[in-house]
Amino acid sequence: MYILAIDWLFIIEKLILIALIVTLCMIVAMYATYGERKVAAYIQDRYGPNRAGPLGILQPLADGGKLFFKEEVVPLASSKILFVLGPMLAMVTALITSAVIPWGTALSIGKNTIPLQVADINIGVLYIFAVVSVGVYGIMIGAWASNNKFSLISGVRAASQMVSYELALGLSLIAVLMVSGTMQMSEIVSLQQQHGWNVLYQPFGFLIFFICAMAECNRTPFDLPEAENELNMGYHQEYSSMKLGFYLFAEYINMFMSGILMATLFWGGYDIPFVDETKLAAGIGQNWVAFLSFSMLMIKACFSVFLFMWIRWTIPRFRFDQLMHLGWKRLVPLALLNMLITAAVVLWLNK
Amino acid sequence: MGITQILFWTLTVLVLFSALMVITSKNPVHSVLWLIVTFFGISGHYVLLNAQFLAIVNIIVYAGAIMVLFLFVIMLMNLNKPSSPLKNKWIQIAGFVAGGCLLLVLVAALRNTEIAKNTVEAGTGDIGLVANLGRELFSNFVVPFEIASILFLSAMVGAVVIGKKE
Amino acid sequence: MGVQLTKRAKPVDRRPMTWLESLYLWNIMKGMAVTIKHFFSRKVTIQYPEEKRSYSDVFRGLHILNRDEEGRERCTACGLCAVACPAEAISMEAAERKPDEEHLYREEKYAARYEINMLRCIFCGLCEEACPKDAIYLSKTHAPANYHRKGFIYKKEDLLIPNPLTEPEEYKKALGTIKREPKS
Repeated sequence: MYILAIDWLFIIEKLILIALIVTLCMIVAMYATYGERKVAAYIQDRYGPNRAGPLGILQPLADGGKLFFKEEVVPLASSKILFVLGPMLAMVTALITSAVIPWGTALSIGKNTIPLQVADINIGVLYIFAVVSVGVYGIMIGAWASNNKFSLISGVRAASQMVSYELALGLSLIAVLMVSGTMQMSEIVSLQQQHGWNVLYQPFGFLIFFICAMAECNRTPFDLPEAENELNMGYHQEYSSMKLGFYLFAEYINMFMSGILMATLFWGGYDIPFVDETKLAAGIGQNWVAFLSFSMLMIKACFSVFLFMWIRWTIPRFRFDQLMHLGWKRLVPLALLNMLITAAVVLWLNK
Repeated sequence: MGITQILFWTLTVLVLFSALMVITSKNPVHSVLWLIVTFFGISGHYVLLNAQFLAIVNIIVYAGAIMVLFLFVIMLMNLNKPSSPLKNKWIQIAGFVAGGCLLLVLVAALRNTEIAKNTVEAGTGDIGLVANLGRELFSNFVVPFEIASILFLSAMVGAVVIGKKE
Repeated sequence: MGVQLTKRAKPVDRRPMTWLESLYLWNIMKGMAVTIKHFFSRKVTIQYPEEKRSYSDVFRGLHILNRDEEGRERCTACGLCAVACPAEAISMEAAERKPDEEHLYREEKYAARYEINMLRCIFCGLCEEACPKDAIYLSKTHAPANYHRKGFIYKKEDLLIPNPLTEPEEYKKALGTIKREPKS
């Protein structure tokens, strides 16, 4: 099937994969809201939502339905196009990280092997940098378009926070790049399968990445852009209905994506620990291995998401000067040091 | 017409349109946003030229960091109300003359270049790939590269000094 | 140093943070240990419709107008409860019993209208104490929510206990919610 010199089968395959991944992200985000409420409740000695369906598992549907049917309010003095663009961008930038993630070992359908990765580009890590750095626009544009001073302050906070923490995030990733010597995500994962997980070589790098990821997701203790008691609601104050829903969803998708990223870059990706995938594939078939490896990735990511929630319900948010202090005077020097030491060790070993 | 050409023309139209919107928008925030769109289009062109590193760095540095700071400043300046057109006639005339001179120089310069000889072909050459670029930068161009890094360092030190001033 | 009540009091440490402390890491981990302990601890929630918190023995809730064993209303509309009420929540109107109504009302005089405003009522139980005829009791239920203020003005029909002759089971149930103490 070649029309216009385009391999349409390839495009259809990728489109199906993209649709599946987007659906997965949505479902995970939905249940992350449920998980958040449950974790919060359990930490506070409560049960959390348990009325809608058994154990309350239909609660996200009820919440989503409510958000959909709420009245849509667009402030009169806002700039309309940007007001709509804000949540859209937040959602898009949250989702497009998933393009370079290897979600599992390849499927084999008929004679074809289908890799569970949308785009295996050789600048995967740089692509993630780019997406992270663009991620702030959704919040900033929405905040400015709301024509509300609280929202504006929140947008400015979000921008400065994200730009600051991007730096330490990037530096901690560079150390990972030095260890693995490639920027291709699938390569990074397969190297980890052979030589052990990166977190063994880069525990400090992982810690810095974790903290910065939390800051990039605007999670407590870094949720200054949406500090209720200082800025009412922050950037989503003027939003209602599904536009608000998109902002909230984007946060959870971001969280899930950082979990996936941490798993991929530091915790061996879809690698099943202590198991040789090729031997297993000979035993139970390649598709089952693909499923198992995908589940492994999900388990790792979900644990990271749980960790995020656990931290959120443990500590209060930083003051803004503490935030900047931590970012610029602690994390950046530490990340630089980590990078230098890694570089020295890598050089020494390669000699 | 292959997919490369389709992409090329779409990106070109996008870049030209958004670049025009940058200078014609009344609202400075809109200008900045259109500029971001332009950067994305240009990054797309870089990808078509197989210069992936340049493409992604363009997004990280320009669209991701510099434009955020631009937006940051412009949002805080409260330029919500449409700015009044320039009253001073002399400034208008001076602007017209300066712009005309620039146009003249550009047209003259472009006339003398041999465009056909230097056309970059899309999808060929692999100097733009990260590994090749890195090897090239750290072997053949290591002196200019280090000089550029020293320049950056001095700029950073300068920024800190200015920021420290009380 | 003032009076020390317990030995748990600790003086506030105002030393500047050390470099390691200013990373906040160790303290955050300590906090997380605390929260994860609560994660697995017993939950204090009472799952309301299924399990109910029992009221204390001295709880005073919604009023009930009592009947005698033959199902006749005990209230004679003497007005003592209304006089005793510090919140002035009770109002009533008396009427004379007709000859053919002897199975309805115990005495010659009865309350044709008897209203308690549950928004005014402070559930002090003085009406119960004032009543000479054993007619009003505070039960161990509480006034349910309502959308209108009107809904909180309870009429006689809302307050009367079910008739023991026609609805014996409901009567027993309602009787169970009344705390009965012998009146001295």
